[in-house]
Amino acid sequence: MAIKNQIKQSLIIAFWFMILTFPIMVIKVNTIQNTIYFRWANLLWVGIVTFFASMVWNYFLRRNEAQKKKEIDDDIPLIHRLLQNDRFRRPFLGLLAAFFIAYPFVFPMYHTSIMISALVYVMLGLGLNIVVGLAGLLDLGYVAFYAVGAYAYALLNLHFGLSFWVVLPMSALLGTLFGVMLGYPVLRLRGDYLAIVTLGFGEIIRIVLENWDDFSNGPRGIADIPPPSFFGHYFDQHNTMIYIYFIVIGLVLMTIFFVNRLENSKIGRAWIALRDDEIACQAMGIDKFKTKLTAFALGATWAAMGGVVFAAKTSYINPMSFTIWESITILCVVVIGGMGSAIGVIAGALVLILLPEYLRAVAEYRMLVFGALQVIVMVFKPDGLIKSVRKVYTFNVQEKTIHEQTHT
Amino acid sequence: MRWIKISLGLAVIGIIGFFTVRELLMDPMYFFELFLGGLTRGSIYALIALGYTMVYGIIQLINFAHGEIYMIGAMTALIVASVLGMWGWNTAVIVILAFVFAIVYSCAYGFTVEKIAYKPLRNAPRLSALISAIGMSLFLQNYVMLAQTPDYLPFKSLIPDFKFWEPFVHIITSVEITIIVTTVIVMILLGLLIKFTRIGKAMRATAQDKVMAALLGINVNNVISATFVVGSATAAIGGVLIACHVGQINFYIGFLAGLKAFIAAVLGGIGSIPGAVLGSLVLGISESYFTGYFYSEYEDVFAFTILVIILIFRPSGILGRHDAQKV
Repeated sequence: MAIKNQIKQSLIIAFWFMILTFPIMVIKVNTIQNTIYFRWANLLWVGIVTFFASMVWNYFLRRNEAQKKKEIDDDIPLIHRLLQNDRFRRPFLGLLAAFFIAYPFVFPMYHTSIMISALVYVMLGLGLNIVVGLAGLLDLGYVAFYAVGAYAYALLNLHFGLSFWVVLPMSALLGTLFGVMLGYPVLRLRGDYLAIVTLGFGEIIRIVLENWDDFSNGPRGIADIPPPSFFGHYFDQHNTMIYIYFIVIGLVLMTIFFVNRLENSKIGRAWIALRDDEIACQAMGIDKFKTKLTAFALGATWAAMGGVVFAAKTSYINPMSFTIWESITILCVVVIGGMGSAIGVIAGALVLILLPEYLRAVAEYRMLVFGALQVIVMVFKPDGLIKSVRKVYTFNVQEKTIHEQTHT
Repeated sequence: MRWIKISLGLAVIGIIGFFTVRELLMDPMYFFELFLGGLTRGSIYALIALGYTMVYGIIQLINFAHGEIYMIGAMTALIVASVLGMWGWNTAVIVILAFVFAIVYSCAYGFTVEKIAYKPLRNAPRLSALISAIGMSLFLQNYVMLAQTPDYLPFKSLIPDFKFWEPFVHIITSVEITIIVTTVIVMILLGLLIKFTRIGKAMRATAQDKVMAALLGINVNNVISATFVVGSATAAIGGVLIACHVGQINFYIGFLAGLKAFIAAVLGGIGSIPGAVLGSLVLGISESYFTGYFYSEYEDVFAFTILVIILIFRPSGILGRHDAQKV
């Protein structure tokens, strides 16, 4: 009986979608030649696909509901449990390291290049995770700092001949500076007001770069940005890619290290507390403004460094690389990966950046699939692929000391 | 801090006032034309911004896919109008049917999008719903692009040049005056809907307190669906009107228009309906003056600058409630 009802429901849904998509899927008009095509086959396809899709969708929705009712308390993601297990941890990390070291030598340059982009997004994602995941500030203009880093390298190199290794720390400082500068006037705003203002800053920086020809060469962009040197030595194209790959791996490791330490530091706990409850936080004597500003500035630092690597890798930048969609992609990395969880963000970046690249086989459908996947992941896993797990502090009074105290 | 704010505010007002008076004295006709252009622009923003602000007011979600709903409205109107045009129907019938289809289809899309992408996320973290909305927006853009065309489609204006309007055409075209008048009518109807009808009262109650509204026997899910439908309908009207005004559409128009309308909604205080209208008019008119007197390529920069300046002085927008944080 239940199945009969489901089929009936799915049939109704399929019929609804057939009507819904009719003008756009079936009719195609050519307003120049004054011709109309009716593509009736599409109507059939829509019906069939939505029928089965709605069956599957409903099945999973019901299963999700049932799982929620069980209320499993220890739903720590598998990967966290595995990483806490010492017997598993060592070989796993060893294997992972071996894979990433061997990667550029095993796979052709194209794959190395894609992996570099993905790893840059890991850096960006971890940086944005500080702002969005830990401090709870929705930043939709994160790409501004990425652009600052990329243009800092391109311009400083063009005008002053500064090398990658000089600009990298400089851009980190520049990123921090921009973070403070942009954060200072707007961090008083709350929630979505902050989101739209940061979005505005992102767009402003892009539009200025596009129109201020004398400064940034306008929409033509800047070409011939040199790759990083190895103590003054430059490799050929293939080896440069491998070299950049290892630089990025190094930077990502550094980022992971820093973020991990930050998360459980005094300031990190202040961010999380601020995200959870602002008023309680202020009552505990945390300077709300300063804490938020630190998060904003630190996030910007990583974005700027990511920008430098991006410029060095592509050797050509123009303002079109820094549109709002870039900010949105980075935000998706953080949220789909799992807000506040470093492992989640890494997984999110790898999935979100590698997936569209390998979906190039179905090139024209990839953004369609990508959008649909975003919806699906969020509907079925609203906390992201890998949920964040807060560090639990247990208070173990060592029996020995008590023992000693009672004896003395 | 307070003194800095006040003096900064006075300086801004002074500069704006100076320029306004100077330009008004130099060329009053041009000044007036820009004002009407801004009014048209603001009306379109208002029609789209309403959807944002209503949805935000009721479920605190930035409905990123709203711009796409508007685009689908314009697209449907284009398709219906061209098909009927080729079949040789009467122009008046075409105009009415194109509008009706655009509105009905936009409503249906708004309704469906809510059911698929937002309803399952009602109790999820707010950012998850936002990402879902972004995904939906990407999906709809690409769906229209693949099913129709990535190119710009010429859109033959549905609004004829009115005979009785001929004496005024050199000031404001009949399309523009239609846009302004339609917006005013839609606003009045919407105001009446929200103020006096049962569903309007239910919407206001749900916006104030969802749990309490549910306890009092309001079907919250239906109210939320109704909000999406009403918002989509106004967006569709806006979509068709602006397509008539600009003369061409493609799958990407929704994103930029949606962004601007969203800025307008935030400017006025998101969640407040009069705020959305006021914000849209402020944004439209000031943008029009800026592009008329200064640089048109920095139009968006200017829009965002206004936003930042206003939010610094009024952190909840022009008409937004500054509600105290609850503990």
